[in-house]
Amino acid sequence: MKVKVLGSGCSKCKALEQKVRQLDEAHQLHLEIEKVTDLKEIMKYGILMTPGLVVDGALKSYGNIPKDEQLLQWFKDERL
Amino acid sequence: MKLVEKYPLGSVVVLLPLWIALYAVLQQMADALVLVTGLPQGERLTEAVRFFVYEVPKVLLLLTLVVFVVGIVRSYFSPERTCAMLGGKSLFAGNVLASLLGIVTPFCSCSAVPLFIGFVETGIPLGVTFSFLIAAPMINEIAVVLLFGLFGWQTALLYVTTGLVIAITAGFVIGKLKVERFVEDWVYEIHSNNPGMQETAPVFRDRIQSGYSAVSDIVGKVWPYLLVGIGVGAGIHGYVPENFMAGLMGKSAWWSVPVAVLIGVPLYSNAAGIIPIVQALLAKGASLGTALAFMMSVIGLSLPETIILRKVLKLPLIFIFVGVVAVGIIIVGYLFNIVY
Repeated sequence: MKVKVLGSGCSKCKALEQKVRQLDEAHQLHLEIEKVTDLKEIMKYGILMTPGLVVDGALKSYGNIPKDEQLLQWFKDERL
Repeated sequence: MKLVEKYPLGSVVVLLPLWIALYAVLQQMADALVLVTGLPQGERLTEAVRFFVYEVPKVLLLLTLVVFVVGIVRSYFSPERTCAMLGGKSLFAGNVLASLLGIVTPFCSCSAVPLFIGFVETGIPLGVTFSFLIAAPMINEIAVVLLFGLFGWQTALLYVTTGLVIAITAGFVIGKLKVERFVEDWVYEIHSNNPGMQETAPVFRDRIQSGYSAVSDIVGKVWPYLLVGIGVGAGIHGYVPENFMAGLMGKSAWWSVPVAVLIGVPLYSNAAGIIPIVQALLAKGASLGTALAFMMSVIGLSLPETIILRKVLKLPLIFIFVGVVAVGIIIVGYLFNIVY
């Protein structure tokens, strides 16, 4: 599964990336994690606030850091 | 923290009276603390310590409450809604609305660029967009709390009003200057596929939750600035002689307002760090207009934000933006020096 963290380097974006990586490791999810910092690329998703989270091409959240349970649900749902 | 998460409403009922009780005994607590240290009455060090141990808990308490309330209020305003509300507004009405929305819409300087592009895409005029970008950082809850806590509600209201006036006029002026060609070309080429995410209306429980997360987010981030700011303020209170600042930042020094702004623009600090220092300067004879101008230029115009905006704005527009806002602040500074 491909997971993209959209963010040009604010503290929340770094926190989200870190969280995704931690979950990936703790739950053996084998995610393909990519941090997108290019603004043009970020703006393709039409978000007004960073960080954004894209799971397999679909925008899941932006502007906040979702809770662990929510993130896990997204990561596991897509796999079915 | 877990309990608060589980019972958001119940925790408010418990915590609010506790807050009020604490706030009511602040002065006694500070006096008691000073007494315990055994410092001699009336000495400079004693006065500095007294200032510190009273102001720090007071400002922290006020900050927590206001950030909590603002967190709840902000859950009613998303950037999408702000964007939708501003679409199709005429220039002046748009400037007024954008400045007001700048106060309540969740904003951080790292989101300035996505927000800017979203506004442009919606067809919101540039001048209106700038009103928002000026008001959002300048008039924030931290500044209002500190001004209220250290100076009283009149000064807090004064700051908000003048901040609004600057944001409205500066945005209006920039709108009249026809600066569209100074926006980076790629901004106009972006056609985002709308996220189309279902925005489910949060229930009130969730809103209280967002109040709590705002507190841990913001108070957790600014408290070190606050300690340093109040610490420096306490030092100035105790050690800088009375009227020391009168010559440098007083009314008689006509050049003090522009110089204060020139120094303030590249300086980057948040309201939490700068306002306690400004308060101490005022107490030592700096005039209100000069201090206000200094504070506004530090909080409202910052180097990091302009660097971020450079990604979407060509250099001339960056200069116009900073220039128009700086001139607005200088005018406000002079105005207050004349009136008071």
